[in-house]
Amino acid sequence: MSVAALVYRNPTQESRATRLALTVLAIGFVALFLLLPLVSVFANGLANGISGARAALSNSDTLSSVRLTLIVAAIAVPCNVAFGIAAAWAIAKFDFRGKSILSTLIDIPFSVSPVVSGLVYVLMFGLQGWLGPWLRDHDIRIIFALPGIVLATMFVTFPFVARELVPLMIDQGRDEEEAAVSLGASGFKTFLFVTLPNVKWGLLYGVLLCNARAMGEFGAVSVVSGHIRGLTNTMPLHIEVLYNDYSYAAAFAVASLLAMLALVTLVLKSFLEWRFADEIAATHRH
Amino acid sequence: MSLMIDCVAKKFERYPALRGISLEVSKGAFLALLGPSGSGKTTLLRILGGLEFADLGQITFENQNWLSIPARERRAGFVFQHYALFRHMTVARNVAFGLEVRSRRTRPSRAEIRRRVDELLALVQLEGYGDRYPSRLSGGQRQRVALARALAIEPRMLLLDEPFGALDAKVRKELRGWLRTLHDRLGLTSIFVTHDQEEALETADLVAVMNEGKVEQIGRPDELRHAPATPFVAEFINSGKSQTADRPRLSVVNL
Amino acid sequence: MSVATAPALTVRWHNKSALPGFGLTLGFTLFYLSAIVLVPLTALLIRPWSLGFQSFLAEIAAPRVVHALDLSFSASAIAAAINSVMGLLVAWVLVRYRFPLHRLVDAIIDLPFALPTAVAGIALSALYAQTGWIGAPLARAGLKVAYTPLGVVVALVFIGLPFVVRTIQPVLADAGREPEEAAATLGATRWQAFHRVVLPALAPALITGTGLAFARAVGEYGSVIFIAGNLPMRSEIAPLLIVIKLEEYDYAGAAAIGGVMLGLSFLMLFALNGVQAWMAARK
Repeated sequence: MSVAALVYRNPTQESRATRLALTVLAIGFVALFLLLPLVSVFANGLANGISGARAALSNSDTLSSVRLTLIVAAIAVPCNVAFGIAAAWAIAKFDFRGKSILSTLIDIPFSVSPVVSGLVYVLMFGLQGWLGPWLRDHDIRIIFALPGIVLATMFVTFPFVARELVPLMIDQGRDEEEAAVSLGASGFKTFLFVTLPNVKWGLLYGVLLCNARAMGEFGAVSVVSGHIRGLTNTMPLHIEVLYNDYSYAAAFAVASLLAMLALVTLVLKSFLEWRFADEIAATHRH
Repeated sequence: MSLMIDCVAKKFERYPALRGISLEVSKGAFLALLGPSGSGKTTLLRILGGLEFADLGQITFENQNWLSIPARERRAGFVFQHYALFRHMTVARNVAFGLEVRSRRTRPSRAEIRRRVDELLALVQLEGYGDRYPSRLSGGQRQRVALARALAIEPRMLLLDEPFGALDAKVRKELRGWLRTLHDRLGLTSIFVTHDQEEALETADLVAVMNEGKVEQIGRPDELRHAPATPFVAEFINSGKSQTADRPRLSVVNL
Repeated sequence: MSVATAPALTVRWHNKSALPGFGLTLGFTLFYLSAIVLVPLTALLIRPWSLGFQSFLAEIAAPRVVHALDLSFSASAIAAAINSVMGLLVAWVLVRYRFPLHRLVDAIIDLPFALPTAVAGIALSALYAQTGWIGAPLARAGLKVAYTPLGVVVALVFIGLPFVVRTIQPVLADAGREPEEAAATLGATRWQAFHRVVLPALAPALITGTGLAFARAVGEYGSVIFIAGNLPMRSEIAPLLIVIKLEEYDYAGAAAIGGVMLGLSFLMLFALNGVQAWMAARK
C-alpha cells in the first residue's frame, strides 16, 4: 500500500490545482486592475524625483487648492456628522411611521451621479437657476464660490455617517439609554455618557469614509466650482487642470497626496474592521 | 394603600397589552407579577418605571399622580431583564452613574459618591469588583451590579424585570433567597416580573397572576395555592408540579 | 374613575417614548435632508419641463445625447457583467482560501471607494495610453484602450469591483459549508455542488452587487473622462455631456439629461430594494 492512497480530499474543497488557479487569477486581477493604477500614481508622481514632487507641491495654486480642500472638508464633514447622529438617534431609538421611507431617502445621494449632484445646485443657485436672480441682486455668490463647493460636497457625502450609525444603534437597542433615563440622566447626558461611547468606533468609521470622499470628490464639485485657479479649485480639480495643461508630473504629485490619504483611510478602515468588529455596523465585519 | 393602579390599559399597534389593570399594594410589599409571556406583566412594570405609557387609567404612589412624573424624575429603581449595564463603564462607574448625572447643585461630592458606591457594592457582596468591566462578570454578579446601580439613586420603589430569568438554576435559587433578605432589610416596595410560578410563590408576599392583559387573581401565595379563583390560575399555579410530564417525548417513526 | 378623562385610544403616528430628543432629532434630520437633498432634487425634476414636453423630447432625442446615454449604459452593463464574474471569483478566493498577504488583498478591494476618482482617472489614463505600462504592450498587439469606448469599460470595471465583492463576501461567509457537504454526501460533484447549491444561494447577493456596480458606473465621471478621450459620438459619456451643456449655459439641456439619468437611477434603486426584500424574505 502506498502512502498516497491514504490522502483523502475534503469533500467541500476543490483540488489543489483548481485552488491555485483560482487564487492566482483573483490576485492577478486585483493586482492588474486595482494595485497597478495605485502604483502608477506614485511612480509618475516621483518621475522628477522627490525634489521635483516637492517643487510641484509648493506651487501657490497647489497650496491654495490644498487649503480649499481642507476648508471644504472641515465644514462638510461636521455637518454630516451632526446629521448622521440626529438621524440615527431618531431612527434607532424611536418607533414612528415612515421610518423605512426616511432610511431610503437618506441613501438617495449614493445613487445619484456626482455630476447630477452638482447640477441640482446650479439649477437652484446658478444665474439662470431658481434663486439666481435674487442672489445676484443681493450680491451673494454660491455657485462658482465656496458655498456651492461645500453644498455639493455635503450632498455626495450625505449618507456616510448616518448609514454607519443607524444599523449600529438599532443593533445596540434601547436598554442602556432607558436605564440611564431611569437613573435620572438628561437626554444630553444619556447621549454623551452612554450612547456615544458605545458607537464611537462606528462613528469614527463613518467619519473616515465621509472625509475621504469629501476631500476626493471630483464630479459634483467640478460642476459648481467654475475652475478658478487659486480660488475655487480643490485638489482633485487642480489635478485635472494640471493634467490638461500637460503638467503630468505635477498632476501626479498632487494625485500622490490624495492617494496617500486614500491609503491612510484604507489602513485605518481595515484596522477598525479588525480591532473593533463588534463596535461597528455588522455589514463591515468580515 | 401606597401604590394604587387603577384601570390601566395599553394597546400596541393592534393587540391590547393591558386591558384594565387594577391593583393595590401596601408600603413595603414584595409583589410578584406572574404570568405567561405576552400576559402584559413586563408592560405594566415598564409603565410603572416610566419607560412605557398607559393609554388609559391612573397610577397613584404615595399620594402622587405617578404617571405625570417623567421617568428621569421618578426614582423608580428599575432592574432590566438583561441588566442593561453600561458596557464601557467599570462596575463602580455603573453604580455611580445615577449620582454623577445629577445637576451640580444636587450632586454629592466625589468622595461621597465613592463612599456610597463602596457601601452599595458591599451590600450586594461585590467588594473589590469596582474596577472590573461588566463583560468580565458572571450573570449573577451582573444582576447584583444592576441592583446596586438602581439602589444608588435611593429609589422610591424597586422594579425588577425577570430578575432571575437569565441565570442558571443554582444561582437563581441563591439569588432569590438573597433578594428576599435584602428586601426585608431595605423595606422598599418591590415589584418583580416572572413567568416561573415557583419563584413567585416562594419569594413574594403577594402574587398577581396575569393572563392576556388582565389580572386573574391577586393574593398571598397560600391563597393562590389553596383557593385559585379561576381555572387559569389553578392550572398555571399547579403546572410546576407536573413540569417533568410536559417534556417533549421522542417519537420514533416506524418505517 | 378616570377612564373618561384619559386620552382616547387614538392611533398615533409614533409611539410615545421615555427617551428624549425625538422631536429635535427628527426635526433636524428632516430639515437637513430637505435642504441638502430633497429640495435641490425637486429643482432638477421640475426644470426640464420649463421647456415644454416637446423640447424636452427633442433635447433627449438629439443624436449626440442618445449616443452618450447609450455609451454610458452599455459600457456600464459590460463592466458590471465583467465585475459579476470577477467579483464572485475574488470574493470566493478571499472567503474560502488562505494565502500570503490575504489581509492586504482584502484591504485593497476597497481602494476604488477610497481613491479619489480624479486620481484613478489620470492613473488609468497613464497606464493605458499607448506609451503606458499596459497600453504599450496592448498597442503592439493592435489593441487601443485609452481614448476609446474600451477605455470607458476599463475605468468602470475599476470603479465597480468592490460593490460586487463586498456584497457577496458576507453572504458567502455566513452560508457555511453544510449545504455543500450535504450535496457531497448525496453524490454531487464539486462543480455540481457549486452551481446547483452555492450559486443559487448567492444569486440575490450577486444580483444586488452587480446592480450596485452598474448604478455607480452609469453616473461615474471622474475616473472615466481622462481615459475616455471624450470624442463626441464615440467616447463621450452622458455625465460629461451635462458638464458641457452647463459650460455652454444650456441649463435646460443639462437638466433634461440629468433628469433622465436621475429617473433611471431611481428605477434601479427600486429594483435593488426589491431584490433586497426578496433576499430578506428568503432568509
